Amino acid sequence: MTISSSGPSTSAADEAKRARIRASLARRHLTERIFKGLGVAAVVTALALVGTLFWMVISKGYPAFTQANVALEVYFDPEIIDVDAAPVRAAGQSDADFRAQNLAWQRQVTLANWNAIVEQAVRDAAPAGFEIDARSALALVETGERHRLRDLFVANPALLGQRVPVEMLASANTDNWLKGTINRDLEDSRQQLSAQTRALADQLLENGTISFKFAWHIFTNVDSRSAPASAGLAGAFVGSLYMMLIVILLAVPIGVASAIYLEEFAPKNRWTDLIEVNINNLAAVPSIVFGLLGAAAFIQYFGLPRSAPIVGGLVLTLMTLPTIIIATRSSLRAVPPSLRQAALGLGASKTQMVFHHVLPVTLPGILTATIIGVAQALGETAPLLIIGMNAFVASIPATPFDQASALPAQIYLWQGNENRNFFEARTSAAIMVLLALMLALNAIAVLLRRRLERRG
Amino acid sequence: MDMMAGKFAANVTPLEEGMSLSDHPIRLEARDVCVHYGAKQALYDVSIDIPDRAVTAFIGPSGCGKSTFLRCINRMNDTIEGARVTGRIALDGEDVYDRSLDVVELRARVGMVFQKPNPFPKSIFENVAYGPKIHGMVRNKAEAEEVVVSSLKRAGLFEEVKDRLHEPGTGLSGGQQQRLCIARAIATRPEVLLMDEPCSALDPIATAIIEELIDELRENFTIVIVTHSMQQAARVSQKTAFFHLGKLIEEGDTANIFTNPAKKQTQDYIMGRIG
Amino acid sequence: MTNLIIAALLLFLLGLAYQQGWSRSQAVATATGTRLHSRPVYHGALAAVWVLVPAVLVLGLWTAIGPDMTRNFILSQLPPDIAALEGNALNSAVARIMALSSGSGVAGTVEPYEAAAAQALDQFRLLSYLVVIGAAAGTGVLALLLVRRRIVPRLRARNEIEMVVRLALLACSAIAVLTTFGIVASLFNEAIRFFTFVNPLDFFFGTVWNPGFATTGTGAVGQYGILPLLWGTVMVAAIAMLVALPIGLMTAIYLSQYASRRVRDVVKPIIEILAGIPTIVYGFFALVTVGPALSGFGQAIGIDIRSTSALTAGLVMGIMIIPFISSLTDDILRQVPISLRDGSLGLGATPSETIRRVLLPAALPGIVGAFLLAVSRAIGETMIVVLAAGNSPVLRANPAEPISTVTVTIVNQLTGDSDFAGPQSLVAFALGLTLFVMTLGLNVFALYIVRRFREQYE
Repeated sequence: MTISSSGPSTSAADEAKRARIRASLARRHLTERIFKGLGVAAVVTALALVGTLFWMVISKGYPAFTQANVALEVYFDPEIIDVDAAPVRAAGQSDADFRAQNLAWQRQVTLANWNAIVEQAVRDAAPAGFEIDARSALALVETGERHRLRDLFVANPALLGQRVPVEMLASANTDNWLKGTINRDLEDSRQQLSAQTRALADQLLENGTISFKFAWHIFTNVDSRSAPASAGLAGAFVGSLYMMLIVILLAVPIGVASAIYLEEFAPKNRWTDLIEVNINNLAAVPSIVFGLLGAAAFIQYFGLPRSAPIVGGLVLTLMTLPTIIIATRSSLRAVPPSLRQAALGLGASKTQMVFHHVLPVTLPGILTATIIGVAQALGETAPLLIIGMNAFVASIPATPFDQASALPAQIYLWQGNENRNFFEARTSAAIMVLLALMLALNAIAVLLRRRLERRG
Repeated sequence: MDMMAGKFAANVTPLEEGMSLSDHPIRLEARDVCVHYGAKQALYDVSIDIPDRAVTAFIGPSGCGKSTFLRCINRMNDTIEGARVTGRIALDGEDVYDRSLDVVELRARVGMVFQKPNPFPKSIFENVAYGPKIHGMVRNKAEAEEVVVSSLKRAGLFEEVKDRLHEPGTGLSGGQQQRLCIARAIATRPEVLLMDEPCSALDPIATAIIEELIDELRENFTIVIVTHSMQQAARVSQKTAFFHLGKLIEEGDTANIFTNPAKKQTQDYIMGRIG
Repeated sequence: MTNLIIAALLLFLLGLAYQQGWSRSQAVATATGTRLHSRPVYHGALAAVWVLVPAVLVLGLWTAIGPDMTRNFILSQLPPDIAALEGNALNSAVARIMALSSGSGVAGTVEPYEAAAAQALDQFRLLSYLVVIGAAAGTGVLALLLVRRRIVPRLRARNEIEMVVRLALLACSAIAVLTTFGIVASLFNEAIRFFTFVNPLDFFFGTVWNPGFATTGTGAVGQYGILPLLWGTVMVAAIAMLVALPIGLMTAIYLSQYASRRVRDVVKPIIEILAGIPTIVYGFFALVTVGPALSGFGQAIGIDIRSTSALTAGLVMGIMIIPFISSLTDDILRQVPISLRDGSLGLGATPSETIRRVLLPAALPGIVGAFLLAVSRAIGETMIVVLAAGNSPVLRANPAEPISTVTVTIVNQLTGDSDFAGPQSLVAFALGLTLFVMTLGLNVFALYIVRRFREQYE
């Protein structure tokens, strides 16, 4: 192999050049490795953060899905439940009168000492010879359970004088104690439960009277302050559902329609430029500002009710609109011009071209944008606080005009509850439900997109 | 055939008086080079010798593998995910795909000019000084200035831009931008200069200027140029290689290839029968 | 029930009009032997629009004024002494009569005047119901007759329908503009009311935030200096950007320039999960995990770090913004032509030299735009700071101490207060206006930069 025929002087210059390059190579490669290492570090950090966040939520929230239940035998003692017979509707009695009579009877039932019934049931369940005072006995069981006994009785007055097995929720404090979410070594004065209750709880757990069961009531109950162990997400869930329905019913048609107008029909001039800038900005306006708009415009000016899903839904609709408009426009823009020209060439009008040919092609894009927008709206919290949806509501809203909570607002409420030991887990569980819903929505978006794109 | 010979013969840049291509030592030597992109093979067993201080042109229809082969020489194919190169390419007898070879150093020795002018969004000065600076070839501003001025002069651009060296390079015309890129490439004083269709984005006048420049640069550099224009190959090169469907069909003195091709495919291409 | 009847009526009118338009256009075409300009479908649709609009207008009018008219009728039926009652007493009297009339009955004995009024109300209801239905149906049918006469082969029904569609589309796109207008109007309106209580100079340049309580009455005006809140906002946003910018930028660089496709396909979606997580979750994460961890770390190295502080909130907000920065930067790096990268690598630059000296400078405007958008998001973020910043509106330089921000204060001032009468709640709108103007400025500027950057390489 022959080497370059270049003269000796050039070769020397080449050699000098190469020497200089070689001299800095080690340093340059080190810099390269450091830079790349920083990149890897950044990626690993980001992944680790995702991992930590999910680990925190799941490890804290997972235990809340099982809860201590106490299987008691309840004696509907006629001496304690000293009430008249349940009223029967007389012939010719008006609706209102019968209702009043019935209510009076129920009031009487409510006034019975249900605590005593519960207390007796706990005592019966305790091992023989176990000494326990009334307060300690009652502290074992969730306070709301006495209302459940009352409801059982109201529904079936024949229970009087009978012994019935009833599975009751243990109180939040009992649950804490048994799960160890409270430090079991703290001295008596700093424990929530008396020594007697703690000892009884331990013994009942051992003999199987207390057992951990899946806490379905997280999904079926409404929020409760007096009976934290029975607090559930049903009300918040329905509130969120209403809002999402409103968002879907309003934001999707309006968003798609305005995207179509702006992309296909609007003349390109100063005004449409301004609208474009305006929509892009709207997408970046802080969510809390939309909350202020809701409070001032919808509640104050239009007189819509506070804390109602209708207002929340409208506010979230306005927030979601820009997302849907922007995404729809970009999928409209992605439709090849050849398709439009083909349609117009066949004599279709512009409207026909858009609705018969262009829109069906963009359906997957619009659908994905919609679902992502809805998922975003589902998790939005700040504007809901401004329009009062963080109010405590212990009922399932019957219509979107009733007071209601929403999932993220419920999370906000629960994280602020004083019974930290219990509600940290409850909050995490609620977060898990919310994240699962959002994940499911996103998964649906991905699946639908794939199916529609394959079909198209 | 005679008609064709007449069409090209006048254009061919003759070698120096009394010197044939075989007098030029071989600078680059490729043996059995194959390139795969993923499962697809783009280049089949290419073997060719590239002479020193002469212009070698690769011609062929688009997608024939000529650019792919060019990018093997300075290992630019490394930057494409899934690209795999086998075979041997030696620069001065050193295998460029050898593990011990530093690709940074290789690319300092083998410069490249691309199809579309791609000046960095920096000043003209910074564009040219970029290579010498990263390679530590200049130690101070004076040295940098010297390199910049001499490179711009060699690229024939200095007179046009000497008053606006600190204005952005992206503000120049297309032809000027491409000459800036050539100046940038020769500023690191490479031994080999690869040009990937350097005139395809330029108008005829700018093309003529660049072709003239290539002819001048031949004095100091080993130049390999990929072109889709046969006329250009005939005008600027001394050696021509014809690629088709990933294979090297024929190579030889430019004059020979155009006037007396040995293979039918080459003939067809030159006659315009393969696009 | 009544709603069902009305819906059925509207549907019937709709169907009738459509059918009439359709068949009439066919008939006209055959009778005159000419070709229709538009297909019968369009004639049908046009007829339906013509009929439906007046009918709906009539019904809409009734929903707007109906309840008031009913109430006035009841009041006119009440004896003078009852009608003279006020407030709740009057309302409950009216409610009793409505309950009687609806048939659900009332508790207690029914006064004779109540029974009489209820009966009169029944008649009034039936009558008004018939009148309204009749009017709606009547106008609908009238419109149908009119529109039938318009149907001739030349009628450009399709063009008219398309005009209607276009108008509807235009109305929809006006909503986005109206939203902005609504935001500005409502914020301005309430903020100006606030400034009747507090001097704007004291608001914008005051250094003390001590609004007092709404319960002490509107006379007790506290101190409303926004500076401590702005300072807290800026501090949290700055910490957030210090966390998010390096990690987000390096992540985007690594994924777009170094990572193989397989790594990118796995890692990118995972990081983007961070972007989809609701901010309340981040807030909870800050409160429960990051705050205590930071505080413990501070103890270990002998620095007092409070568990709710600017540091905690800023750190977690930074985590939230990482995917925002990384996906925007990734986008922007993709816009930089690959020929620039090749040009630099071809000269023998290492990948990192190429990135640092060519790609990043080329992408700089876009990255600055992304950065500003991220800042705007950071200062408007609410839930993280509500939960983790400590809510202490005092001017402090130490990031390890609790602070408060504009957004936190908006939430605090409006929670549990529904009538915006005193400065304590109105101030939220002045703060909201400040926030809106700040973010708007950042957004407009950032979007402008990014747009110009995109155009440069298109």
